[in-house]
Amino acid sequence: MKKQIVALLRAVWESTRDLLPIVVVIAFFQLVVLHEPMAHLGSLLWGTGLVVLGLTLFVRGLEMGLFPIGESMAYAFARKGSLWWLLAFAFALGFGTTVAEPALIAVAAEAAKVAAKGGMIGSDGAARAAYALGLRITVAVSVGTAIVVGVLRILKGWPLHWLIMGGYVGVVVMTAFAPKGIVGIAYDSGGVTTSTITVPLVTALGVGLAMAIKGRNPMVDGFGLIAFASLLPMIFVMGYGMVIH
Amino acid sequence: MAALLTALLHTLRDVLPIAAILFGFQWFVIRQPMPNLRRVLTGFAYVVVGLALFLEGLEQALFPLGKLMAHQLTDPAFILHGAGLVLSHVSWTDYLWVYAFAAAIGFSTTIAEPSLIAVAIKARDVSGGAISVWGLRVAVAVGVAFGIALGAFRIITGTPLHYYIMAGYIVVIVQTLFAPRMIIPLAYDSGGVTTSTVTVPLVTALGLGLAGTVPGRSVLLDGFGLIAFASLFPIIAVLGYAQLSEWRAGRARRDRG
Repeated sequence: MKKQIVALLRAVWESTRDLLPIVVVIAFFQLVVLHEPMAHLGSLLWGTGLVVLGLTLFVRGLEMGLFPIGESMAYAFARKGSLWWLLAFAFALGFGTTVAEPALIAVAAEAAKVAAKGGMIGSDGAARAAYALGLRITVAVSVGTAIVVGVLRILKGWPLHWLIMGGYVGVVVMTAFAPKGIVGIAYDSGGVTTSTITVPLVTALGVGLAMAIKGRNPMVDGFGLIAFASLLPMIFVMGYGMVIH
Repeated sequence: MAALLTALLHTLRDVLPIAAILFGFQWFVIRQPMPNLRRVLTGFAYVVVGLALFLEGLEQALFPLGKLMAHQLTDPAFILHGAGLVLSHVSWTDYLWVYAFAAAIGFSTTIAEPSLIAVAIKARDVSGGAISVWGLRVAVAVGVAFGIALGAFRIITGTPLHYYIMAGYIVVIVQTLFAPRMIIPLAYDSGGVTTSTVTVPLVTALGLGLAGTVPGRSVLLDGFGLIAFASLFPIIAVLGYAQLSEWRAGRARRDRG
């Protein structure tokens, strides 16, 4: 019992430590630079308490739930030896976790405003909604494809950096041809696709696969799925811009 | 309390498709009982509740203040010390506090980013402790801090985004040729994990605030791009950190031998 309490306190302390820099930065700029008082101190402390508690629970759940499930499924697929089901799973995981991602929905709506303002699409609500939905599906397909390519790479043992450099060349070439208005959004879309729940799952899947397959090193082959998921959306979104405009 | 419940429902809605895919494949394709099902489900519940509390807490406490500060710091009244309310001509040096804020907020939000914590834990376990959780997180956070500050500079000076990104790519490619092979995939991954729940809202507020107040910038065209910087520079930072550690280890070996 005592051991559990110590472990809990330790976890809470670690979360507090993770959060401390933000609190210090905000307090410093508020008090020293802007010379403003700390308003609503009560709700500030309450909110910070929630964040600490939430982070503690999340990290605990990560090690109990998300990591084991990602790894056990990787092992099961490797044992089953069915390549097509594994690739179908990889695509579904990438597509399914991205299409409903709140950050992506927000960025797509913002991008539709830019496109309407620039006269690239009609300015009525329906045209904007269709554009935003098309963008979301494009990004989700690109993340699904990225996880499929990444899983294939782990299976085949292709070196990651050649693929990534090829992707960079793709980004540069697409930038030269894509309409100017879409470039900023495309670059940002690479960063917003990978959510807090997807990242641990996909990482555990990659590392699990690399451990389950003979001759693969989890460090060299297991990581890299997220890198694809951040790179391919840039290329796909610029392609979407070229098709639409 | 109602807000907390709403946050919980929102998180559940976001997690449901993921859970459906996982359990659907587990039951219909793998067709084996999941090992430690109860423990895994408890872990899932922890993740959902934890994430809901985390987001609601940020929403109540840190986001409003952080966004307000981003606006105040980019406000012409603050930049010119109230000397005049219309900015006609600015120099990039007028914005020193903005760069400091951009770097500080980039660093501190990255340290608190849950997905980076997840990847760092995994990297420690896989590397047998050779990569420390804090070492990776601090290296990534330094990269984000530099990236956001440089991104703010780009918005203020109005230089094209793609020049910076392409220059960054060239640096990454050159580093890849020389960096230890083990670290390369992890470094590439760390670019994608930095920008999620904590960083994006605050950084977006900063970008929109800057693009809205600097003369000659358009919110819609120049407000984007900070996230791209925050995804690129951590790669450089992590590769650089690994090169530095390797170089120091090599020098120590030579000194002994």
